[in-house]
Amino acid sequence: MAAAASARTPHGRARLMAISRATKPIREAHGIARGMLWAGAVITAFFIVLGLFATWISPYKFSQYASNGVRFPQLAHPSAKHWMGTTVQSSDVMARVIWGAQTELKVVVIALVMALTVGVPLGLISGYFGGVLDRALVLIMDALFAFPYLLIAIVIAFLLANSSIGQGVLTAAIAITVAYVPLYFRVVRNHVISVREEPYVDAARALGARPRTIIRKYVFFNVVQNVPPIATLNAADAILLLAALGFLGYGIQPSQGAEWGYDINRAVSDASSGIWWTGLFPGLAIVLLVTGLTLLGEGLNETINPVLRRRRFGHFDFEVVSPGTIDIEPLVEEPEQS
Amino acid sequence: MPGTSLRTYLLTRLALVIPMVLILLTMVFLLLRVAPGNPIQAALGGHVPAAYVNQITRKLGFDKPIYTQYGDYMWDIVRGNFGTTITDNRKLSNIITVNGAATLELTFFAMLIAIVVGVVVGLIAGRYRDTPLDIFGRLFGIVVYATPVFFLGLMGQLVFGVWLNWLPTSDQASPLTQALLKTHTNIFFVDAIIDGNWGALKDISEHLILPATTLGLATAGIFIRLIRINVIRTLRDDYIEAARARGITERDVVFRHAFKNALVPVITVVGLNMALLLGGAVLTETTFNWPGIGHSLVTYLENRDYTAVQGIIVVFALVVVAISVLVDFINAYVDPRIRY
Amino acid sequence: MRNLRVYYGTPGRPVRAVDGVSLDIGEGEVMGLVGESGCGKSTLGRGILGLLPDGARADGQVLYGGRNLVTMPPKTVRRMRGPELGLIFQEPMTRLNPLMRISDHFAETLEQHEPKLSDREIKQRSLETLGRMGIPPTRFRQYPHEFSGGMRQRIMIALALVLRPKLLVADEPTTSLDVIVEGQILALLATLKRNFGTALLLITHNLGIVAEACDRVAVMYAGQIVEEGPARNVFAEPAHPYTRELLRSTISLDTTELHSIPGAPPNLIDPPSGCRFHPRCPDVMTVCPARNPIETHPEAGRRVLCWLHGPEREIPPGGTEPFEREAIAVAEEA
Repeated sequence: MAAAASARTPHGRARLMAISRATKPIREAHGIARGMLWAGAVITAFFIVLGLFATWISPYKFSQYASNGVRFPQLAHPSAKHWMGTTVQSSDVMARVIWGAQTELKVVVIALVMALTVGVPLGLISGYFGGVLDRALVLIMDALFAFPYLLIAIVIAFLLANSSIGQGVLTAAIAITVAYVPLYFRVVRNHVISVREEPYVDAARALGARPRTIIRKYVFFNVVQNVPPIATLNAADAILLLAALGFLGYGIQPSQGAEWGYDINRAVSDASSGIWWTGLFPGLAIVLLVTGLTLLGEGLNETINPVLRRRRFGHFDFEVVSPGTIDIEPLVEEPEQS
Repeated sequence: MPGTSLRTYLLTRLALVIPMVLILLTMVFLLLRVAPGNPIQAALGGHVPAAYVNQITRKLGFDKPIYTQYGDYMWDIVRGNFGTTITDNRKLSNIITVNGAATLELTFFAMLIAIVVGVVVGLIAGRYRDTPLDIFGRLFGIVVYATPVFFLGLMGQLVFGVWLNWLPTSDQASPLTQALLKTHTNIFFVDAIIDGNWGALKDISEHLILPATTLGLATAGIFIRLIRINVIRTLRDDYIEAARARGITERDVVFRHAFKNALVPVITVVGLNMALLLGGAVLTETTFNWPGIGHSLVTYLENRDYTAVQGIIVVFALVVVAISVLVDFINAYVDPRIRY
Repeated sequence: MRNLRVYYGTPGRPVRAVDGVSLDIGEGEVMGLVGESGCGKSTLGRGILGLLPDGARADGQVLYGGRNLVTMPPKTVRRMRGPELGLIFQEPMTRLNPLMRISDHFAETLEQHEPKLSDREIKQRSLETLGRMGIPPTRFRQYPHEFSGGMRQRIMIALALVLRPKLLVADEPTTSLDVIVEGQILALLATLKRNFGTALLLITHNLGIVAEACDRVAVMYAGQIVEEGPARNVFAEPAHPYTRELLRSTISLDTTELHSIPGAPPNLIDPPSGCRFHPRCPDVMTVCPARNPIETHPEAGRRVLCWLHGPEREIPPGGTEPFEREAIAVAEEA
């Protein structure tokens, strides 16, 4: 295994130690933070499994409206055959929920990877080198940052939808990416600036290290440690953003996949007739997944960020010491017992 | 003297804001020009004769070189002219006053609810850290934030509108009320009070409850998290211990020192939350058919009305900037350390 | 104080910060409490006022006017903080609420303990106390950030004294201030007895201050008082080896080479057996690690906790032989 092989070299051993040092706070987490971490991880894992294995888990396909030549009932109550009921287009709600998980994950992962790929290097370069480039970027990013994410995403999605890329997974992903790049840029840049002035970076510079090396070895690693909690919380936000896009009609096309936000949009007209299952289940799915991701992110935050850590106090009792024993002891030569 | 330094601060802050505004406006301009295809054609649909399309194009100035368009655009904005829509020929300023007022009504009450709920839960959670109260409060905040505005709205409509039939599920007010209400500020709630029209006020309030509560709760989550963390941090500050050393009761320490100091960043948080609120407003208005500017944006987007979209986004941008300046100003007033 | 113990809870065994301290402070007396960092002196100071952090508990007696503060209900102790007991801290920069004016701080304190006072009286008393500290009335309505460190410390002292407490505990009040300001603050504290009749417990690691300002001094090591007596006598003829070494390590204009006490401060969870100073003591004997030393009084008004001063009858035969100890490992630092 590559890991074992690298462990034999001093460099590899250092890396292993670094990783174990980085995960140490997670393993030492206790109390509320630990609960949050694990609850969030479990929920998130559940949805990841749903999404990855949708083909096998889901009883029907997301736009399937018939089986064995028999059309599904329209707007049927939840029943044994359709645990979560059916929609106005005779699709099984549960199938759409499960397939929806795949869509959400697909888009959000693509979007976050893109946002990280663009935002992190930009932040690193801008923060480390400063200068005109930095100021220009900061001005642009700050302006974008103040703007509501939803609006940015809507506009981008709108523009792309009318262009050659058309509507779909990529459009939605790009829209989300553009909305979040300023966030990563800003976070990374701030961190780089604070790390840049640290003595050990200065020392490296004094020894003549090239900027690229400095960034790679010191700054990057330090900064990257902060990314997981932010990315997790960001993923939670991104899912909400994607669902909002879907609700407004700028997300995924129905032919490409099921999307929870889109389903809720369809469910609004059902509500006036008192039909609740078409909206409730996709909505609950969103709530659950976002809650899971948020718990995970906050749990990570509390374990990694030492400011918020709470020490545990042990319970102890004072041994009863009657007055006088402290001053006068028996004349016995044996070590004092505490 | 406090007054002078405050004024200087405000002026400085305003001066700093100008580059940001310029950039935002430029970005909006470029963005909508970058889109392929003839915007007029797209807005009017495919069946309109070419001559008419050209006429509108000339009228709206889309045939001039891009630099001229940019210049006109900027100059118009400075003069307060945000344009006219392509599809229904409304002046943007009309959209701002009528629909903007509706959005203002909604967001105001939503923010009120968000602050009250958020601050109360946040303070309690922070004070009683790691107790069941805290856990419940945090969980509440997380779940409420995880609930999409439109889902909460949908469920609200189902439960209170359809099943219990207590509250109306759409529009700003019933048609009767709207017909009878005289227009002063365009904000229905205020207009009803000015007229002394209590029947209308009741109707308007009923229509407000669901949307405002939905949007408010969704936004409260952020407040809860931030206030809680701030209370925890403040309770650890040195002057808290010093106050205890002077024999101040725990209750006074918590309320007068900790809570008050912990709430100072609330104003900033409100400002930061405006972005979230505006985004949420768009969704809430769509769910409840609320005639606000967010709903208009969605409609105009669907109709590919570029001028309208451009105008509305410009308005949003200016509002966002204005709020950030206002927030900084209030901050400087409350916290004397900031006034350089 | 009698047999006062203050322990901090940890996931393992508790930290014995104050382990059986007995100390008397007379009216209007200035008592110095010296020791290395981490010897428990701050804890002692806070323990007197009942201001211990979460997870710490106290046992024993702190007798004030005949009543035991340790067993009193917390509300009663709280009421005494201000009018009877006062505490000033090390770091003045952060000890005032940045959003409240100085006048508000005083108003709060006075209203808390003497609710019947009128606004005019409150203002009058505040200004009077501030004036004695050298703060002019024109600055009464200013905010904390408009004052320098030294002035903030004076404001803190004034705040502590405005209710005329009988005992003021000063926890390293000048450590974070520069030397000139330090001198001013010390001069102020020295006049406490004269102007207010307040007794002062001056906690510090700086022997110079103690020599200058204190009537008596107590030397603390590893949570215990190892020597106590009139300041002049203790410094002229230190009885305990630790005191002696401390004095030798102070730097003055005559210092030609640095002298330090070998080893590191002791572990308060698991202190050394017998006399806690024995691993670092240059005069250690075989009895020292074996049995806890017994307090003796070499002169009237002085006491010391060291086998070098007897009592003879408690030392087993051969106990006075020098103790052979392994080289102190550098790893002890951990």
